[in-house]
Amino acid sequence: MSVLLIAEHNNKELKPFTLNASTAASQIDTDVHAVIIGHNCDEAAKALSELPLIKKVIQVEAAHYENFVAENFAPVIVKLAENYSHIISSANTFGKNLMPRIAAALDTSQISDIIKVIAPDTFLRPIYAGNAFATVKSKDAKKCVTIRPTSFDPCESSGGSAPIEKADPGEEFAKTKFIKREEVKSDRPELGTARVVVSGGRGMQSGDNFKLITSLADKLNAAIGASRAAVDAGYISNDHQVGQTGKVVVPDLYIAVGISGAIQHLAGMKESKVIVAINKDGEAPIFSVADYGLEADLFEAVPQFLEELNKLNTIQK
Amino acid sequence: MKILVAVKRVIDYNVQIRVKEDNTGVVTDNVKMSTNPPDDNAIEEAVKIKEAGKATEVVAVSIGEEKAQETVRKALAVGADRGILVKTEGIIEPLAVSKLLQKIVEKEKPDLVFMGKQAIDDDCNQTGQMLSALLNWPQATFASKIEIKDGKLEVTREIDEGLETIEINVPAIVTCDLRLNEPRYASLPNIMKAKKKPIEQLNASDLGVDITPRIEQVKVEEPPKRKAGIKVSSVAELVQKLKNEAKVI
Repeated sequence: MSVLLIAEHNNKELKPFTLNASTAASQIDTDVHAVIIGHNCDEAAKALSELPLIKKVIQVEAAHYENFVAENFAPVIVKLAENYSHIISSANTFGKNLMPRIAAALDTSQISDIIKVIAPDTFLRPIYAGNAFATVKSKDAKKCVTIRPTSFDPCESSGGSAPIEKADPGEEFAKTKFIKREEVKSDRPELGTARVVVSGGRGMQSGDNFKLITSLADKLNAAIGASRAAVDAGYISNDHQVGQTGKVVVPDLYIAVGISGAIQHLAGMKESKVIVAINKDGEAPIFSVADYGLEADLFEAVPQFLEELNKLNTIQK
Repeated sequence: MKILVAVKRVIDYNVQIRVKEDNTGVVTDNVKMSTNPPDDNAIEEAVKIKEAGKATEVVAVSIGEEKAQETVRKALAVGADRGILVKTEGIIEPLAVSKLLQKIVEKEKPDLVFMGKQAIDDDCNQTGQMLSALLNWPQATFASKIEIKDGKLEVTREIDEGLETIEINVPAIVTCDLRLNEPRYASLPNIMKAKKKPIEQLNASDLGVDITPRIEQVKVEEPPKRKAGIKVSSVAELVQKLKNEAKVI
């Protein structure tokens, strides 16, 4: 049977991780259908139909789908599920919030946050903040799976022309009301998909000092990350948190500044291709995963770093 | 208003995890166990609501082996009024936990159910959402702020894009983020007092729920190790290495 992918979007555009989730879905079965639920989301539905991996798009529209409330979304997918062997979404806050509601309604034991498809019923997933990898095999007839987006490459975004079918909306779940969303707008690359990430930790000592991180990120066209300690201390907003309970990032270059490297932080960045650590404590655990460690006072090292970068003729973008 | 808080006993967050040699799981013998960290935030929030006069009773429930009683006892020591332990053995999946919690909810009739947003052992992030689906209640996941307003809750949720605010009718499920509050430590007198608070013990089979695992854990392995890196002696050397050796800038 076919695989049903739940598209993530903002009613205008697809969210980038939908492309990674499509790749994962196609590794389970090549007959991938995608459902898009939203309000005035024709543009996003069209973009979805252009992904070459998608064989059919199902579009479900109603005003109460505008803000992606899981209580409204779940019944739509549960109704569609009878035609599918697998339901797939990203293991980001969208999918984490939604998928278990679907799985419970289908009486399926969900498999969260897979990093590899071994067989259509067997998957690899990290447990204990990535300190162990479990191979798990689902015995349920229908499988609900969330995928770790950074573990799958994004698929091609153009060239396809899947048919778009409309399906009837469900009723509104009146006991949950969306009030507002405060998105932090930025011209920087997105943390989840950036080629370079510069992160600051408790060692930054204040929100003001995060300017150093910002300057370095500007220079390298990088996204800005942070440890939980830095977010808890109010140096920077929660959407920057990297780690077990924040975001998982796999950039080509991850620069950890003033981050000691608790296992919960390492869980979110240790798959990065190249890791740089700048910390004045030579014993800090971050050095155990760093390809290049610099034992130095960050308040001296970061300005020097900027100076050295200024001397280079070119910097990769 | 009555608040039920679900707490899970897990390997302490500071423990370095070791995989068993036969690849059947991770080593738990002689390993420090604690309450799942965001579950501490869930208890703290419930107790704070009670202290503010907006709740009348806080009941802590844990599902797990006999020793999970310690986790319930800790919740009692920081302010829960009484406890429930549903005894199970072996791996118990979030779907089964949510079905057991559904039975407890039907019996206890709480207005709110709080728990951590994720357990730090299996990292599933499912139970709260599954329970709210089974009960057909509203869910507020990843909560970093809760305001009680006249039969409703206004909850601020931490999402990838920033923050989202929703309003949900009671009864409801809330899963708590670590930033929701600062959990208190149990004082010695309160630890002593908690020993006298009642804990009702049940067996999973008493609740008539099939908790047979649906997922076979084929094997558990060590993740691939990163190869050792080097220490550089200066910023100039670092930049030179990044440019010419790693070729990433």
